[in-house]
Amino acid sequence: MSAPVRVAQLSCGPEHSGVQKEIYDAAAAVNAEMFFPDVTLNDIREAYGSFGLEARSADLQLAIARAKALVEGRVEADAVFIATCFRCAEAAIVRNELRRYIHEQSDLPVVSYSFTERTTSGTLLTRMEALTTIARRRALLAREVQEGLTMGVDSGSSTTKAIVMRDNAIIGTGWAPTTNVIGSAEEVIAAACSEAGISRDDLDAIGTTGYGRFLVGEKIGADLVQEELTVNSKGAVYLAGRQRGEATVIDIGGMDNKAISVQDGIPGTFTMGGICAGASGRFLEMTAKRLGVDITELGPLAMKGFSKEVPMNSYCIVFGTQSLVNALAAGSSAEDVAAAACHSVAEQVFEQQLQEVDIKEPVIMVGGTSLIEGLVHEMGELLQTKVIVPPHSQYIGAVGSALLASGFIRGDLG
Amino acid sequence: MAKVFIYPATSLILSDMVERWGHSPLGAALAIRERIQTPGLDSPPLQMTADDPKKGLKYAAVEVPSGVRGRMALFGPMIDEADAAIIVNDADLAFGCMGCARTNELVKYRIRSRGIPVLDLLYPRCDEDGVAFVAAIKAFLDGLSGGEA
Repeated sequence: MSAPVRVAQLSCGPEHSGVQKEIYDAAAAVNAEMFFPDVTLNDIREAYGSFGLEARSADLQLAIARAKALVEGRVEADAVFIATCFRCAEAAIVRNELRRYIHEQSDLPVVSYSFTERTTSGTLLTRMEALTTIARRRALLAREVQEGLTMGVDSGSSTTKAIVMRDNAIIGTGWAPTTNVIGSAEEVIAAACSEAGISRDDLDAIGTTGYGRFLVGEKIGADLVQEELTVNSKGAVYLAGRQRGEATVIDIGGMDNKAISVQDGIPGTFTMGGICAGASGRFLEMTAKRLGVDITELGPLAMKGFSKEVPMNSYCIVFGTQSLVNALAAGSSAEDVAAAACHSVAEQVFEQQLQEVDIKEPVIMVGGTSLIEGLVHEMGELLQTKVIVPPHSQYIGAVGSALLASGFIRGDLG
Repeated sequence: MAKVFIYPATSLILSDMVERWGHSPLGAALAIRERIQTPGLDSPPLQMTADDPKKGLKYAAVEVPSGVRGRMALFGPMIDEADAAIIVNDADLAFGCMGCARTNELVKYRIRSRGIPVLDLLYPRCDEDGVAFVAAIKAFLDGLSGGEA
């Protein structure tokens, strides 16, 4: 086993919230170890003065001193995890500024998280896995060209996707709603192989990602099993032809949303939210169902409506649906309701998540929801920029997996 | 002997003074010692679990951050139990520190609203103030019933 990735923890409150053990457990699950950078009392006094942020909480002052020690190279780390209590305004300011400071002043991957006492190691696992992947697999993530014959499988919460690639081109696709995790994976793999005109034995390497990555990966003997944050980033910049330089990747999924600030195809900072179903693709599915249209028709329908005509901004899928029903009962058109639903999701992702990453153009939207034209339009309006939706954007995880899996053909990367 | 809650609760100097002048200090060392000596728990380093912020709901509403509620689970019962309290405001970090400014506000409010004898002091910044600081604490402790005169 390789040496553990050393993750520096900058935090306020996890011990007293009873979640420190959950952080340790999540790190241990991905062969990482948490540590608190050593600083002296004088370091704290000096850092507090020179950093210039007048935090009153001593633990936050300590976090500032630790961040400075990391950036100035007095303490070595592979990655940084910043965690503070949910609903603490002072901590939110410090957390955000430290994340930005470390991202701008060092090349350390950093993730920030606000926890409650309900936070579990399972909640933290994907974030911790992404941090360690970035630290451990930089060489793999630097790959820009797909080689050989590889397949990527994305076992998502709503849908399962497979892609077969040969010599840097997509030659087969498969898509199915996720029901039975293994069954859905087998179905899309068969479809992708059939379209590509190959058998599974012909494949040089296979990668899996998404919620079902471990189960599917074990079943099909994947060479690469990797979380969706790094895989989707890679797939997004690859398909958008923006592998070099800065970019922001937004993936509004069925169960959670990801916002990732990318540099040369490698995530620098990212957030992953899944608290409020009203800000997920699932809400748009429910909207389409209530309007009696297929999800593929929701986007074009929304483009014909005006979101401002219908008040809708609920963090909860139940209340969001209630707003939708009320609007229809009050005589609003299906077009306006569809537009309002798209606006509501875009606005909540903007408010909850995009504030935690620095938006750097180009903005690339991926995942199944990126095909909902109205949602992309509303996100572009909120961000005041033209949002790029690359071809095959709904297969983003599978493409990223197939691309990265080609690094395993010679078995020289791990 | 009176039970005296100390603020900052982590101050070993305050704890020592209270004990030296015949009273029982209530502070972080006591609360944490109880936890780390309780067998059957595995939640390092403080042996606090997600149940602690829930216990803290007695002192702060659910909308208050979990770290504040967890800290109140430690300090709240001691404030309830205290016969008197000493509050040292704006203390140097080396003197003792509670970590969270929001907890500090709540702890000091709960102490002051209990109606027990409270000595409210500013942390001394020079030798002269230091002497007066110690004298004030001694006089306060001497005045509590059961203390060493």
